[in-house]
Amino acid sequence: MPYQLLRFALNKKYPEPCMFPTPERLKPRYDVVIIGGGGHGLACAYYLARDHGIRNVAVLEKSYIGAGGTGRNTAIVRSNYLTPEGVALYDESVRLFQDLSDDLDLNLFYSRRGHFTLAHSDASLRTMRWRAEVNKHLGVDSEVVDRQFIKAKCPEIDLDCGHNAPVMGALYHPPGAIARHDAVAWGYGRAACQRGVEIHQGTTVTGIRTEGDRVTAVETNRGVIETRCVLSAVAGYTPRITSMVGLRTPITVHPLQACVTEPLKPWLNVIMVSASLHIYVSQSSRGELVMGASLDPYEVHSTRSTLDFVEGLAGHLLELFPFLWDVKLLRQWAGLSDMTPDFSPIMGTTRIDGFLIDAGWGTWGFKATPVSGKTMAWTIAHGRDHDLVKPFRLSRFEEFDLVGEKGAASVGH
Amino acid sequence: MKLLRCPINGLRPIQEFYYGGEYRPMPDPDASTDAQWADYVFNRDGAPGVRLEWWYHLASGVWFLAEHDTARDVFLRTFLFEELGQG
Ligand SMILES: Cc1cc2nc3c(=O)[nH]c(=O)nc-3n(C[C@H](O)[C@H](O)[C@H](O)COP(=O)(O)OP(=O)(O)OC[C@H]3O[C@@H](n4cnc5c(N)ncnc54)[C@H](O)[C@@H]3O)c2cc1C
Repeated sequence: MPYQLLRFALNKKYPEPCMFPTPERLKPRYDVVIIGGGGHGLACAYYLARDHGIRNVAVLEKSYIGAGGTGRNTAIVRSNYLTPEGVALYDESVRLFQDLSDDLDLNLFYSRRGHFTLAHSDASLRTMRWRAEVNKHLGVDSEVVDRQFIKAKCPEIDLDCGHNAPVMGALYHPPGAIARHDAVAWGYGRAACQRGVEIHQGTTVTGIRTEGDRVTAVETNRGVIETRCVLSAVAGYTPRITSMVGLRTPITVHPLQACVTEPLKPWLNVIMVSASLHIYVSQSSRGELVMGASLDPYEVHSTRSTLDFVEGLAGHLLELFPFLWDVKLLRQWAGLSDMTPDFSPIMGTTRIDGFLIDAGWGTWGFKATPVSGKTMAWTIAHGRDHDLVKPFRLSRFEEFDLVGEKGAASVGH
Repeated sequence: MKLLRCPINGLRPIQEFYYGGEYRPMPDPDASTDAQWADYVFNRDGAPGVRLEWWYHLASGVWFLAEHDTARDVFLRTFLFEELGQG
């Protein structure tokens, strides 16, 4: 190595850039312990420190930052949901995304694309209309469009789908976007650390101690930590954590798979979803087609990928875009999705004092990273559920007060 | 290809089956409180491990039970409902 270069490498003024300092040991006590270093846990830590001055916070991550759904999702951001409660929550998140790159001083590659949900039948066109009306009523840009409109925005599409299930129209949501998912986690993590939060990777929570109905400590593979406030933000691992405190939930865990093709020249500017064909696709800034389908059909806690999935997906992709027949798949992977019966999250305080939950994010939680972090931080700081969180409380099930989003969340994540 | 053993039709590709959820005995609707009923309707044992599940063979219309390890995705045994409790 030339001397001029070596000088810089050894100079203390230019230390190796490091996004997250690695604290040597756990402190014996934290004001708040967050389980899970995914986007949600890190965002909550950030807003706790930034908005509420709560800095004695530890984020415990059993693996590495973004190892869960955060680093595995297909990064779709949208707010064209079906219920007023859902639309309000997700729309706040879309709003928070707008200046997040500035806020976190990191390019999140937030890219507004326009989001189409295709309707292949009268029945789905009716649901689209319903969604569009709810959306418009709440100020969300969303409308039902006809075939000509779709063709104009995406000339490559075969609207007749090989004459199997012709497209009749679509729900169009111009603010629909994609973002770089890892960067969201890294950005929140770094900004939280800069404000005093500690991130402990390689730290697994193995138990939660309670006295009466109050949290007192968290047990980890690296020792016991005293705390009176624990947030569980572990998505697909939630049932393992809730069973530590004896909470029953409706969460079941299914794998969700996705894949990308080799990079192509840019041709697809929009996000295209077809619930009937069980497929959605967008093109990343690298040119890869990022594609996914609906959930794996049965419960498994494993991130294996299957041939079934790519076979089904590739077949349906060719119905919409026949010219892709010779494009190669590059990668395929899976993540764990924590599913709820009404396709809405479970958030907020629980009957156990000091145990809060942020889960049930299933296949739709990436877009909610900012809003969940912000509202859960508020909920921790105030000791009661934030208004946006209230409809999603765990007790809604025993109160038979569900927030049904299946019509807007089952294939389009 | 993943295979599952239908108690009537033998080993078949898993695509021929439909998953019917965790097996849970139903409490007496008249004797349970609203909270107990809601617990039955909504709550599940979502943690990984071995448990009983309902499965349906689409081609022949057979409902049966499967002992499934959801951590390893291994089916330990399958049997008809009538045989439940007979080991
Ligand atoms: C293939 C796929 C595609 C998706 N597409 C989209 C999409 O397009 N749009 C969208 O909005 N959503 C999408 N999602 C959903 C989204 O990825 C998740 O809802 C979201 O990432 C959840 O984030 P999180 O921070 O809550 O959890 P995660 O990112 O899963 O983080 C949880 C963390 O907790 C850690 N953990 C678990 N147990 C313990 C323990 N005992 N101790 C310490 N740490 C622990 C895990 O290692 C993990 O890192 C998709 C999901 C998948 C799998």
